[in-house]
Amino acid sequence: MKSFGKGILFTTVIAFILVLSGCGTQSQKKSVTIVGSTALQPLVEKAAADYQVKHDGVDITVQGGGSGTGLSQVQQGAVDIGNSDVYAEQQDGIDAKKLVDNRVAVVGMAPVVNKDVPIKNISMLNLQKIFTGKITNWKEVGGPNQKIVVINRAQGSGIRKSFERVVLKGKTALNAQEQDSNGTVQKIVQATPGAISYLSFSYFNNQIKHLSIDNVQPTAKNVVNDNWKIWSYEHMYTKQNPSKAAKDFIKYMTSETVQNNLVSDLGYISIHSMKVELTPDDKVIPIKGAE
Amino acid sequence: MNAKKADKIATAIIYILVGIVVLILVALLGFILISGLPHVTWSFLTSPASAFSAGGGIGDQLFNSFYLLILTLIISFPISLGAGIYLAEYAKKNWLTDAIRITIEVLSSLPSVVVGLFGFLLFVVQFKLGFSIISGAIALTFFNLPLLTRNIENSLNGVSNLQREAGLSLGLSRWKTVTKVVVPAALPGILTGIILSAGRVFGEAAALIFTAGQSAPMLNYANWNPLSGDSPLNIFRPAETLAVHIWKINTEGIMPDASQVSAGASAVLVVAVLIFNLGARFAGNYIYRKITASK
Amino acid sequence: MDAVKTELMKKSKASRQDQRGKLISLFCIFLIMLVVLSILYMITSKGLATFFENKMSFTDFFTKKVWNPSAKPQPLVGALPMIVGSFGVTVLSAILAAPFAIATAVFMTDISGKRGQAILQPVIELLVGIPSVVYGFIGLTVVVPFTRAVFGGTGFGILSGTFVLFVMVLPTVTSMYVDSLKAVPRFYREASLALGATRWQTIYKVIIRASIPGLLTAIIFGMARAFGEALAVQMVIGNASILPQDLVSPASTLTSVLTTGIGNTVLGTLPNNALWSLALVLLLMSLVFNLLTRFIGKKGAF
Repeated sequence: MKSFGKGILFTTVIAFILVLSGCGTQSQKKSVTIVGSTALQPLVEKAAADYQVKHDGVDITVQGGGSGTGLSQVQQGAVDIGNSDVYAEQQDGIDAKKLVDNRVAVVGMAPVVNKDVPIKNISMLNLQKIFTGKITNWKEVGGPNQKIVVINRAQGSGIRKSFERVVLKGKTALNAQEQDSNGTVQKIVQATPGAISYLSFSYFNNQIKHLSIDNVQPTAKNVVNDNWKIWSYEHMYTKQNPSKAAKDFIKYMTSETVQNNLVSDLGYISIHSMKVELTPDDKVIPIKGAE
Repeated sequence: MNAKKADKIATAIIYILVGIVVLILVALLGFILISGLPHVTWSFLTSPASAFSAGGGIGDQLFNSFYLLILTLIISFPISLGAGIYLAEYAKKNWLTDAIRITIEVLSSLPSVVVGLFGFLLFVVQFKLGFSIISGAIALTFFNLPLLTRNIENSLNGVSNLQREAGLSLGLSRWKTVTKVVVPAALPGILTGIILSAGRVFGEAAALIFTAGQSAPMLNYANWNPLSGDSPLNIFRPAETLAVHIWKINTEGIMPDASQVSAGASAVLVVAVLIFNLGARFAGNYIYRKITASK
Repeated sequence: MDAVKTELMKKSKASRQDQRGKLISLFCIFLIMLVVLSILYMITSKGLATFFENKMSFTDFFTKKVWNPSAKPQPLVGALPMIVGSFGVTVLSAILAAPFAIATAVFMTDISGKRGQAILQPVIELLVGIPSVVYGFIGLTVVVPFTRAVFGGTGFGILSGTFVLFVMVLPTVTSMYVDSLKAVPRFYREASLALGATRWQTIYKVIIRASIPGLLTAIIFGMARAFGEALAVQMVIGNASILPQDLVSPASTLTSVLTTGIGNTVLGTLPNNALWSLALVLLLMSLVFNLLTRFIGKKGAF
């Protein structure tokens, strides 16, 4: 309190010194900044940690912020890599031609219900009717007389786009609760009687129940040949001419080591195991050479 | 008789209301501590977090929370003290001063994600500070300035004018009177402001996700050179705080023990905040006794 | 003679000091205003872009009920459900919290003596430091089932949001109010008691009246916290952009929709601009509340 003016001056000077010195030290290592999809973050973060152990001269920062943020920041050149749950072509305001797509994992999604709902299987048509608001009670699909509580995902999110592509097929979803993160949805479905929503395979646990659709089980095996329809890619976008460090890291992400171990450990599906491909305009085509 | 009866009834009502508040407090803190403390072990407090396997700790996050708090207070306290002094002591009572006050108050209702995004666009991207603890501290400063400034102004206003008159009559300048007499006298109130804003720093997640970041690089606690990359003191490293970590494992965490880690981390956070609050009050009272005439 | 004159004309050390001090504090307030205005500028320019660049209708924004800014070909930006939701939770939680905060603050300063305050204050201030996601989680596991059991419906809705926010704003309002109660001079209390007033009469007629400006500032900051809160409210209110029919059906607030959507949209596009418009509305609503509270305060103070 004594020399108040001096205190301010002192703080400012210290801050300046630190800023200047910080700028000096930052350039020593090759750095890669990755921003975007929160769903993809745990995978990339873990891969980056492993990568930095092997490659000492690289400093990789992985942050969340959402797919939209990832795409817009990589487009502006503010970050090296933008993580996204959706194709850049499908995001408003993004010029996909300026970006390079790197698919690093496949993610499967499935409807989940509260544990007390005594249903194991649902038809695609009934699922559509639930999410468009035509069916509002579990007894209409063979369950008890209980109201259905629909928990949808956030507008514009990757998982909602994938779900609507396969299940709603262009119909408008009913106006319902919306949550943006897998963890929150998991908790709400677990705590709310009669609740239904959808989650990535990684978030299945024994507190909630996932449904099969038309008697097809939501497993990785069914995703690779498109028997299970609700799936999409996780993307890591770069600019047309990424730095070598960024390129090397993406190469590492798509390598067999990461794809066969880390990717499946986290509940994703290796891109190398896929027998079909999903194009940016939502067509599923078989991959030549894969059997 | 009536006044006495009213007095009794009113006192009873106050006791009931306070009782309910205490009940809520006890239930809430009990819930957090009972569900969390069993998971807190020494290795939980010291080991680094894990991305998806069980057994991760919160060591780095705990350190980051405190470090970020200190940085934020270093930046925001002097500014809000100066601004509070201006508003309370120098500002004329006119529409402009009122407008300043209202703008500051309105700003404090901004969702933290907006402040976070502002910090992201300005500091992380524009000023190229990157995802760093300093970007986070500046964003939190923005966030804290309104409450802290108004709190300091109110505490200064609460100091009786006799003190000012006494100072001025001794021939002190107004500035000396304020810094040597009024500010020390208002210290307990100012402390409340600091504690409240510290609480928000501890608990804030949304503003930090875009600025300080939500992943913590490996830290080397043997390296205390603030300019080196893996030093805990480096202000240009990304830093995930405890609250952000709790947010992250609750929203996208896929480790099998996510709920335990979250419960344990919440309990640790509560204890950390409590220690900070009690420490700040204790230190504050000590300084208050030292620099004022009160015993 | 001249020496004395110049000495007299020269500014004294004290007055130079004073000038410097005033300059420093002026600089600080200038800095804050700079920050405030730059944030305001960003929000206003982006928020207004929805109407001027994307040509959405101003009246639709405030009166229509469907929120789907990424719909094609015709985007829908009806923010009414969120405005009602934000308004509802904020006002209700402030109304609910005010009596509890006043009672607790009065209890600490005028009834319990030193010990009550020494225990209560740190514990209440502790509540500020609990992250909102923890509040949200507790709300989901305790408050929502409670509301569902007692008031019916799914449990998600404005009522659950109010309960959670009540606990979140309580510490801010209480702590700030305790300080203004302490600032009421002791001789007010002494004079009142000497006149034969009971403790309650003193509290009600003198102490609370004298501290009304402080109470209002405290409530304003409590409401500000309620307005800006996202994560906790979002988990218990349901976050559905439907115009709420009652207090126990899913609703949404400006902040929860903003926070949910901001990461999924791209800067400069309509869906993103529309979210900034929500932030702008939030600021305007907060301004209205602020002015209203001040107006009431001017009437109530003596």
